[in-house]
Amino acid sequence: MTKIAEHDMSVIGKKVLRREDPALLSGESKFVADLEAPGVLNIFVLRSSVANARIRSINVQRAKEAKGIVAVYTAADLESEWAAPMPCAWPVTADMKNPAHYPLAKDTVRYVGDGIAVVVAHSTEEAADAASLIEVDYEEQPVVIDLEEALSGRHLVHESLGTNVSYVWELNPNPVGLEKAFTEAKYVVSERYVQQRLIPAAMEPRGVLAVPSPMGGDYTLYSATQVPHILKVMAALTLGISETKLRVIAPSVGGGFGSKLNVYAEELICLALSRKHRLPVKWVEERSEGGQATIQGRGQVQYMELAADADGKLLGVRVNLIADMGAYLQLVTPGIPLLGAFLYHGVYHVANYGFKATGVFTNKTPTDAYRGAGRPEATYAIERAMDALAKKVGVDSAEIRRRNLIQPEQFPYNSPAGLIFDSGDYPKNFEMALEKLGYSKLREEQAQRRLQSSTKNLGIGISFFVEMCGLAPSRVLASLNYSAGGWESATVRILPTSKIQVVTGTSPHGQGHETSWAMIVADKLGVPIEDIEVLHSDTAIAPHGMDTYGSRSLSVGGTAVHLATERVLDKARKLAAHQLEVSEEDLDYGAGAFSVKGAPEKVMPLAGVAFEAFTAHNLPEGMEPNLEASISWDPPNFTFPYGTHLAVVEVDSETGKVELMRYLSVDDCGNQINPMIVEGQIHGGIAQGVAQALYEEAVYDESGNLLNPSLADYLVPSAAEMPNFELGQTVTPSPTNPLGVKGIGEAGTIASTPAAINAVVDALSHLGVTNIDMPASPERVWRAIQSAKG
Amino acid sequence: MYPAKFEYVRALDVADALAKISSDEDAKFLAGGHSLVPLMKFRLATPSLLVDISQLQELAYVKDEGDYVAIGALTRHHDVERSGILQSHVPILPHVAGMVGDPQVRHRGTIGGSVAHGDGASDLPAALLALDATMVATGSVGQREIPAKNFFKGFLETDLSPDEILTEIRVPKGTKAWSYKKFNRRAQDWAIVGVAAVKNGSTKVAFVNMGSSPLRSTGCEGALNKGASITEAAELATEGIDPPSDLNATSEFRIHLAKVLTRRALEEMEG
Repeated sequence: MTKIAEHDMSVIGKKVLRREDPALLSGESKFVADLEAPGVLNIFVLRSSVANARIRSINVQRAKEAKGIVAVYTAADLESEWAAPMPCAWPVTADMKNPAHYPLAKDTVRYVGDGIAVVVAHSTEEAADAASLIEVDYEEQPVVIDLEEALSGRHLVHESLGTNVSYVWELNPNPVGLEKAFTEAKYVVSERYVQQRLIPAAMEPRGVLAVPSPMGGDYTLYSATQVPHILKVMAALTLGISETKLRVIAPSVGGGFGSKLNVYAEELICLALSRKHRLPVKWVEERSEGGQATIQGRGQVQYMELAADADGKLLGVRVNLIADMGAYLQLVTPGIPLLGAFLYHGVYHVANYGFKATGVFTNKTPTDAYRGAGRPEATYAIERAMDALAKKVGVDSAEIRRRNLIQPEQFPYNSPAGLIFDSGDYPKNFEMALEKLGYSKLREEQAQRRLQSSTKNLGIGISFFVEMCGLAPSRVLASLNYSAGGWESATVRILPTSKIQVVTGTSPHGQGHETSWAMIVADKLGVPIEDIEVLHSDTAIAPHGMDTYGSRSLSVGGTAVHLATERVLDKARKLAAHQLEVSEEDLDYGAGAFSVKGAPEKVMPLAGVAFEAFTAHNLPEGMEPNLEASISWDPPNFTFPYGTHLAVVEVDSETGKVELMRYLSVDDCGNQINPMIVEGQIHGGIAQGVAQALYEEAVYDESGNLLNPSLADYLVPSAAEMPNFELGQTVTPSPTNPLGVKGIGEAGTIASTPAAINAVVDALSHLGVTNIDMPASPERVWRAIQSAKG
Repeated sequence: MYPAKFEYVRALDVADALAKISSDEDAKFLAGGHSLVPLMKFRLATPSLLVDISQLQELAYVKDEGDYVAIGALTRHHDVERSGILQSHVPILPHVAGMVGDPQVRHRGTIGGSVAHGDGASDLPAALLALDATMVATGSVGQREIPAKNFFKGFLETDLSPDEILTEIRVPKGTKAWSYKKFNRRAQDWAIVGVAAVKNGSTKVAFVNMGSSPLRSTGCEGALNKGASITEAAELATEGIDPPSDLNATSEFRIHLAKVLTRRALEEMEG
């Protein structure tokens, strides 16, 4: 492993300002909505206003006659466009039920927001006006909203399936041992937690522009997507277009959080209509429309059980969850619970482990990946349950964790779920965080306030997370039935003028890869960052890639860049040795130049090597011209970032309002390339996780209407609701990759939700409160206090 | 969110604004646009004509008029917040203006727009109600003064007639003590419940978001006049009031919050 942190001269580990930001801050960056195309047609999608109904009839006549309307299509009109239904790439079990899903609903609508018709017009406003003239006659059916109700099968989302269950997925390596653990336990904790649905609310809504080439039958699809490469493959298959004829470009993309890790109806519709009309076709999502038309996150009911001995040491962990698929399976919908399936014992050593997930259909917008995807749910369950166990055993919630942490000498740790945790020193990280917070002093203050019967109740919440990320070893993905690999590709190309192109298969949408990848190359080659250009997110420029999600980009894609750079440098060394007439071993490399050991005046700068490789006048025997190397890297294992997150809240017991007073984290993401970007990821992650705990919920009424799709009602918190974050770190390099990095994109979100809720429950525990459903709104908190009072 | 089609004209002065608004019975005035435009985007409001009055600089002022302070209807929230005259004579108003929305909203939204919109969930109308302010409406036949108590009629409904424009708000001086308690979940949000209390002679208490329009707490005011204690008066604060339920709070919780916040406001005024 490279000990990059020790290079004094290195750019690695420095807070380099992001190269992306000047264009973003000055408004020069182009998002899909900013793109112009001559002759463009704009579309508006008419969506179902009811959650479950047969469509008796649709009358589009008046809409067709409206001003500026080019065409109006219903599902029946577009049937011949589709070579295949919309893709679900993760059939988690062989018998998983996956009802055919097309871009427009034909005879039955299954959620509010299901597309029914597309209006094509010159302007979006005209399309929207005309859409309101379409008459749809619905024959409404009973709806399935509640997850446990869905299990009962009393009403069905898809009648032809005869059940609402899509799949049951189980992991139970040692059922006898698990059963025994629970029989012999001194303490058993049985908890029920609800993971509410969340609207991802990326700052930029989705948008699509499909442009047919004037000749040759080629198409360029611009989309606000995290996954241009996956989209290219899937769109080609779905529309029956040769993959060679399709180029996908993700221009500047304003966040995704998993919601743009998908293949959406509107992407396919725009492409199909651009084929039909031979004109560019554009769609830009409205904010409130996004609440219904873009996937949602979470949506689980979790039954969590812990078995522990007399000292509170864990003997077994048993999980049973119902996961809300929504009305259809989108790209990786069924796999999301599996991404958490291996982590419900968290950072604690336990011998016996069982997990079961049942995926059910409901008459709601489909769910799919949302920042953390499966791992926040797992971390929430174990961290809430550890607090419940502490209470049962009668010890402090820090102490119960100390007694159960996986110890440093247990690494690499063979987890009861079958993973190998790469590296870590959990006790060191944990004690450092408690110390920095002043944990015991806060406990004293809490006791003091309780003595004085203060209405400002102090609560301290602990959450210690570990996640598996760096998705992923392709062989492991195969064992989970995932339909793609987890490798990443990179090309490093040194041009004749010594400028460097780095081509990556990752697809940044806010993560700053243009900065971090350039830093990796600059470090290795000893050249200025300014000489390096990072190219990405265009399948014509970067043909191979698995894109950006699951905190994978640095540990997989960054590693590929690192390895490609090494390969280029190897070739350069051979060429330099040839021309300096020495052996490769006699060359030193530093600050962008080769020099001969013991004869420092004999120097050949990299720029010179690059030009020689270009002219090819004097290459060693058998060497190909040009200085370029490509690599595809498949990681041998996941990486396992971890950290302690601590929240301090004040709960007003008269109003139920929760004030987040302090938030402290000590994260370990292995080596850090750019600590400023790491901090940014942690900040955003914490805010997003706290949002689940205290603010956000996609609220549905009993008829299946989403009640809060707009940002006026869907409470994304702002900086004003957050305290200054106190960040610390430990650094335990990952042995999984040569950079020793682990990933940080999701850590904050995974850890902070249970930290915040544990703090709220802790604040009110002396009043008898043991649980508050998320989000802990003032009214929920107030009611919890009232009902604890009896 | 795409609004329905509408025409747009810009008014040159008050007389021109009145002429233009009467040219179309579905016309609406546009000031800062922070209440009307969202409604239009949701297609909850579909005016056929917008008469933009935002450039009528003559309606953007704060003046000391002796017994009262006169505020031009087009004064932005930010300017109310920063007004030295208001800070010295009616300090509750700058404070409340500073709690409206976020900085962008406060630089666009106007006090007159907020008042004329008559939203029971807005901060400033309730504060003006507690202050016993007077609204000045200008119509084709001249001006008339409307006491705040008679101004707010119901859900987004005021005493203004369609051919009148709100031009000025007059706020009496002489506040002895005041308090504003805004309860919300995010700093930028409307109040779930807000309480504006002003002591100027007697104590006046007005509520935000406890009904379809801003309301005075007759229960609390009456009890205080009869010499009730703060706790007793706060307990009676919601008498005769039936607040709405929404995603942020049920009616029952609003009543509870209103009592707690009234007590805290009165305690703060006691000092």
